[in-house]
Amino acid sequence: MTAQELPIHGDADVVRVRQAVRALAIEAKLSLVDQTKLVTAASELARNTLTYGGGGSATIERVENGTRAGVRALFHDDGPGIADLALALRDGYTSGGGLGLGLGGAKRLVDAFEIRSEPGRGTTVTVTKWAR
Amino acid sequence: MTFGNVVERCRQNESELVREWREVVARSLAGRLPAALVEKELRDILDALLGALEAGGGTDPQAEPYAEVRALLVELSRDRAQQGFSPRETAVSVFGLKEAVSKVLGDTDVTGFFRVIDEFGLYTFETYTKAREEVITNQAEQLLELATPVVKLWDGVVALPLVGTLDSARAQVVMEKLLQTLVDTGSEHAIIDITGVPAVDTQVAQHLLRTVVAARLMGAECIISGIRPQIAQTIVALGIEFGDIATKASLADALMLALSRLDVDVNAEIAKRSR
Ligand SMILES: Nc1ncnc2c1ncn2[C@@H]1O[C@H](COP(=O)(O)OP(=O)(O)O)[C@@H](O)[C@H]1O
Ligand SMILES: [Mg+2]
Repeated sequence: MTAQELPIHGDADVVRVRQAVRALAIEAKLSLVDQTKLVTAASELARNTLTYGGGGSATIERVENGTRAGVRALFHDDGPGIADLALALRDGYTSGGGLGLGLGGAKRLVDAFEIRSEPGRGTTVTVTKWAR
Repeated sequence: MTFGNVVERCRQNESELVREWREVVARSLAGRLPAALVEKELRDILDALLGALEAGGGTDPQAEPYAEVRALLVELSRDRAQQGFSPRETAVSVFGLKEAVSKVLGDTDVTGFFRVIDEFGLYTFETYTKAREEVITNQAEQLLELATPVVKLWDGVVALPLVGTLDSARAQVVMEKLLQTLVDTGSEHAIIDITGVPAVDTQVAQHLLRTVVAARLMGAECIISGIRPQIAQTIVALGIEFGDIATKASLADALMLALSRLDVDVNAEIAKRSR
């Protein structure tokens, strides 16, 4: 299945990513609750890419695992990276005046969550949600 | 770059050139702009262009002598963009000069002059695109305003039904509008209904929370309604806490709560109104 790469350089791009993720989630027959969870996680991660990563991209695709369909979304930026991942994931921690619930929240909203980041080398977050 | 005697010959035939040029442009605009107006625009541009070439303008459209030409073209692009003309129709206004020059000057070598015209044609295209973007942005802002109606439900109760994506720009407009309506109507209760919001992320939640706090500072209480099951589950997973802010599943429930806070006896009111 082919992946779509969407740029994230402005507010309008965050909205576009959300819409594209929603469309794939519907295709993969995720329930309304799961669609909403995935779209919300994507919204958090796309916004972080924009705000903290200085812009980047989202790569989204339908995935299959035996009998189950799902959607995977990867967010990448070449921004400053995250020095302390545990701190960034902690609920309530923000360096930018947010609620500090985006990363931890996104992790709770999806089935698989992976984050790679190094100071000076950007950040990549991958999330997957499976149809039940 | 030398232009030979092209500039001089253009000056000698200026009125004829403007006339021919206007003919070309009129063909593409097909009577949607008054001929006299178009003719004046073109005459001014030609005069400025020849003036700049006489002053040694060269082929760089950004060169100093072309300042006036650029200003006139920006104005033309902006007008055309606002009037809804296409980029092609707008660019023809400039490129059309080539046709007029060929016709009027016959076999003179115009290569250098045409190069200058081409540069300005492209310049017009760019300024048109920018102007068009501005027009679209303005329309988007107007839509934003339109999409945020604050309605009065009862004496002292206003409601703000949110529909669509609540991005930062929109959240700001929404908050200001709600606070202004609270002042204008002297209401002490506001219901923010999010039935039409497809997803509530932490940014949307933060905007909602800020609105509620700002309303409180003005002595008004907010109720958030229309929290559908999928949104409720998402909010819980995110870990967002609405604290002591009242939340209700439906707008009707929220209205009942507001009325009870106002000590309104609904049955008595209905009886009174139907009398
Ligand atoms: N892509 C990123 N690049 C650099 N830092 C990031 C990135 N994403 C998150 N962070 C850091 O992690 C913190 C927590 O993020 P998050 O949980 O989304 O909360 P918030 O967005 O409210 O600050 C951010 O404040 C920021 O310091
Ligand atoms: Mg965030």
